[in-house]
Amino acid sequence: MTRRKACLVGVGQSEFTRWGGIKDRSQFQITAQAIVSAIRDAGMQPADVDGLASFSDDANSAPLMAVALGLPKLRWSSMVWGGGGGGSMGGLAQACAAVESGQAEAVAVYRGLCQGQGRRFGKFSAVRPGASFVNPFGLFSPPSMLALLVRRFMHLYPITELHLAEVALNARANANRNPNAVMHDKPLTLEQYLDGRWIAEPLRLYDCCLETDGACAVVVTTRERAADLQQPVIEVLSSIHGGGPQWGHGPLASHNMPDADYASTNGRGLARDLYAAAGVAPADIDVAQIYDHFSGLVLMALEEYGFCGRGESGAFVESGAIRRDSGKLPINTSGGQLSEAYVHGMNLLIEGVRQLRGTSTSQVPDARVCLVTGGLGVSPTSAAILGRV
Amino acid sequence: MSYFPDDMPRPEPTMDEAGFWEFCKDRSLRFQACTSCGTLRHPPLPMCPHCQSCGIDWKEAPPDAEVYSYTVVRHASHPAVTPRLPYVVAVVEFPALPGVRLITNITDIDPGAVRIGLPVKLWWDDIGEGMHVPRFRA
Repeated sequence: MTRRKACLVGVGQSEFTRWGGIKDRSQFQITAQAIVSAIRDAGMQPADVDGLASFSDDANSAPLMAVALGLPKLRWSSMVWGGGGGGSMGGLAQACAAVESGQAEAVAVYRGLCQGQGRRFGKFSAVRPGASFVNPFGLFSPPSMLALLVRRFMHLYPITELHLAEVALNARANANRNPNAVMHDKPLTLEQYLDGRWIAEPLRLYDCCLETDGACAVVVTTRERAADLQQPVIEVLSSIHGGGPQWGHGPLASHNMPDADYASTNGRGLARDLYAAAGVAPADIDVAQIYDHFSGLVLMALEEYGFCGRGESGAFVESGAIRRDSGKLPINTSGGQLSEAYVHGMNLLIEGVRQLRGTSTSQVPDARVCLVTGGLGVSPTSAAILGRV
Repeated sequence: MSYFPDDMPRPEPTMDEAGFWEFCKDRSLRFQACTSCGTLRHPPLPMCPHCQSCGIDWKEAPPDAEVYSYTVVRHASHPAVTPRLPYVVAVVEFPALPGVRLITNITDIDPGAVRIGLPVKLWWDDIGEGMHVPRFRA
């Protein structure tokens, strides 16, 4: 094992609130505080960090963040292109590239978003790429855009509304055990799910991620440095971001992706490369945090990341496979973005680290290998496999 | 009177997209085709992704299309659509033009009757100021 292999050594987050819930501090401030929390969680000082990485057109500029944090030197600042949380594990991948290549010693990966201080993601946006090809038709927001993929997925394969429901109900059950989750004290029954109002068929209210305020950060450094720090060493076995042909316009603009993988997360090729680089197989994954902006995409991801065959994700979740207590692949154990918070996937990464440290509120016994995916059905999409050393 | 109210967002094409909307002004639905290899592409791009030629033909789409996927939108993400709810947004494809699909609306139908594979026909919605938007009806 190379001494410069990237490891996750610290995690930090703000409180999570409903949309508009954080009013007394700026988005930039809660992001800076989350980064400091992650640095201290690692047992490091801000001066030990010399790199910053983010994604998704993050508004919290790395050069300004370096000033706010008092970093004596900055050796890496990067942001992954693309909308939504597609690049969340891409931000991690860039941090890994920085420390493994020696360009930086320790990189904080962060995402802060207060939708109450900026714009709500569930609303019309005039600045979306390709906006002229969606906005005049009332295709304004991610749930309706991705509903088109989910509809075709359900047309091609035996996927029912009860299978979508299972993804939402699992997330809520896990959130009910997580005091930091926005939906911690709000149980959800199948009847309530089915009574939920339609947003864009076939997606109901509870198929859609929360709109929240919050910030998350992690610190990545080398295996050698990690061994001297205070937390269990969590290695990034592999991390990757990218996409397939024509996904750049994709669901957010044109829907001209190849027919063969239209009803998909854009992750099939990525998954193959991710596993190969990590040297593990789907059967080695103990727990997964799968980007759950919309329930249907989670089902597609279960297939594309190799946990079941094409079109079999409905039967897979129906068997109880994704539940913490009974399943062979518990997923989204913090409540995920459907029920914990929507911090563009960074809260999923933090939960992955908690699982491997043994500190999750829905702990999977002896979890040693965790898959975390970035945003699905966009380009780039991304994923990482983490391993407890 | 157009299908959506007047405060509906209008096309605001970039330089590379302008040709498509110029044809729409004349009620002509045309997709880019490469002058070198004939590959169709949409949305408009300044270069052929197959052979990297920058030569552009504009190939007229037939009025007949099929629903490739669709959603019934029931939540307003912009105030302009509120009086139209629920409305159908669809991806349509043209059997005669492989490789391109179009986001549009399916109008004049009970949303519950829309299905994948449904044959639909082009109509032009006059949204004022000389612009027309392609929509389809069953």
